[in-house]
Amino acid sequence: MVWVNAIVQGILLGGLYALFACGLSLMFGVMRVVNLAHGDFAVLAAYLALAIITGLHVPVLWSALVVAPLFGMVGYLVQRFIIQRSLDVSPLTTLLVTFGLSIVIQNGLLEGLSANSQSLPSGSLASASFQVNNQLSIGYESVIVFAVAVVVLVCLQLFLSRARLGREVRAAADDQEAATIVGVNVRHVYGVTAAIAFATVALAGVAFGMYSSFNPAAGPQRLIFAFEAVVIGGVGSLWGTLAGGIILGLAQVLGSQVDASFGVLAGHLVFLMVLALRPSGLIPARLS
Amino acid sequence: MTDTSAMAGRQRVTRSKRSAAWGAVVGVVVVAALFSLPYLVYANVTGVLVNLFILVSLATMWNLLAGYAGLISVGQQAYIGVGAYAVFVLAGDGISPFLAIPLAALISALVGLPASFLLLRLRREYFAIATWVVAEAFQLIVVRFDSLGGGAGAPLPGMVGLDPALRQAFTYWAALAVAVATLLGTYLLLRSRLGLDLTAMRDNEVGARSVGVRVGQAKRIVFLVAAAGAGAAGAVLVISQLFVQPTAVFTVQWSAYMIFVALIGGLGSIEGPIVGTVIFFFLQQTLADRGAWYLIVLGAVAVLMAMWVPRGLWGLISDRFGIRLFPVGYWLHGMNPPATGPGPKTESPQA
Repeated sequence: MVWVNAIVQGILLGGLYALFACGLSLMFGVMRVVNLAHGDFAVLAAYLALAIITGLHVPVLWSALVVAPLFGMVGYLVQRFIIQRSLDVSPLTTLLVTFGLSIVIQNGLLEGLSANSQSLPSGSLASASFQVNNQLSIGYESVIVFAVAVVVLVCLQLFLSRARLGREVRAAADDQEAATIVGVNVRHVYGVTAAIAFATVALAGVAFGMYSSFNPAAGPQRLIFAFEAVVIGGVGSLWGTLAGGIILGLAQVLGSQVDASFGVLAGHLVFLMVLALRPSGLIPARLS
Repeated sequence: MTDTSAMAGRQRVTRSKRSAAWGAVVGVVVVAALFSLPYLVYANVTGVLVNLFILVSLATMWNLLAGYAGLISVGQQAYIGVGAYAVFVLAGDGISPFLAIPLAALISALVGLPASFLLLRLRREYFAIATWVVAEAFQLIVVRFDSLGGGAGAPLPGMVGLDPALRQAFTYWAALAVAVATLLGTYLLLRSRLGLDLTAMRDNEVGARSVGVRVGQAKRIVFLVAAAGAGAAGAVLVISQLFVQPTAVFTVQWSAYMIFVALIGGLGSIEGPIVGTVIFFFLQQTLADRGAWYLIVLGAVAVLMAMWVPRGLWGLISDRFGIRLFPVGYWLHGMNPPATGPGPKTESPQA
């Protein structure tokens, strides 16, 4: 039963990783940009949510409704003024610039706040759970996060396949020049893509803040987990990202069953194994 | 100055200009002065310089990777850690930590070899994050060994009984030696046939491949050299701190330092990381009592430089004044400007 419990927890944790990873996957799929400050923006969103919750005395879910659109706007501006400029210099520059941003955000948080760990107060949600039997209980919180992840992925998929703007995003992803010729404002479309990615990052940051504590230096590890989920699942497929998140979550939870300190390392080893054996990911990419 | 070819008329190609000859003279004088420093100043000065030399070595190696081979690594701390722990283990076996530095470099390169087969197949974004994951994995593995001090770390053996003044002087010379070795090594590497390959790759990788440059092999050599350099720097680091701790050697902060220094000083030149390190230390010392602000300022400056001045400060200086302290390219003298249009300058660096 311990193992069944671990498998259930691993799958649910995978939902959180998928929520983290879908923004990274989207930006990588459309612009070929890996935002190395991805995790730090998530931590920033968690701090902002904390400020809203303690300042306005509202529940966590309300704070997410403020933080996500706000981060959407931040994402649009970051894309138009920072990432686009770096892309124009060279693809390598985007890595260097977003890495620089990551360090600036981390140390800015460290200076402005403190190195102490914080967590988002989720009230009665934190302890409530389904009691399947006396050895297996499933927390509401992790089920909600998993459900949010699936809903976000479904919405993204529908947006990309059905909406006019989604079609423009796919066009820009496939061929930037051809998209420009047929009248797509590629830079604006890239901005919208980044806005969506940042909004999902904000949601993921809030979800992670409910799940576990965070501090200014927590970002890089979250970026690594998100990237691992993207690569394990395979770039260019949103469902692959969900699968990748679940595989990573399972590896970590099952690994920590073996030995408490082995969890994260087990996730890294699965990632490196996928890179060595199937660099294109486990799930074959179906171009949207 | 060596004429490599004498073309008809007044045109000729040289390897260096007078500035480079002066550069060599100044370089020898500077190294000699730095060598004699422990006899002249207090240990707190040499202590600061030890950190400066470590950073010059690291940034030079990172610049070789990124500036020439186009490999953006965020995980060179993996080899800093391997070098540090190699010294720790060798010192435990009774080998003097100072003599263990070259061995640590060699061990780092050996550890880098299997990693290179996994990493060098990857595209740039994958490569960057995979190097980082490898570094994280190294740390998580090291922590599991109690004999290596576990997560808390352990003091470096083999250093007790050494007179502190002597120990500090030896540490300083070791750091200086590693810095000079990485700079000189990079210089010689870039003057070799491999350097020509690397310069071609830096300018256009597809083009380089099409004229027969063995890009994969060149990248592997650079990767291993960079691992060895980072290992040597890590060895010096642990000797100067007398303590080895996984979170201190494997932190991604090292990558931040190397990247910021190389970006500010200038990618793709040997002088860049030296200029960048000097600026790094100036900022760090100026903002010393303001916590992490020096990193915020450095990061912001590095980001702006990467976006608007991709060749960094040294790029500006060398374009403006035509100076090359380390002549790894060729100069074309005495070319007549064409009758119309803005032609090439009479003296233009070609590399």
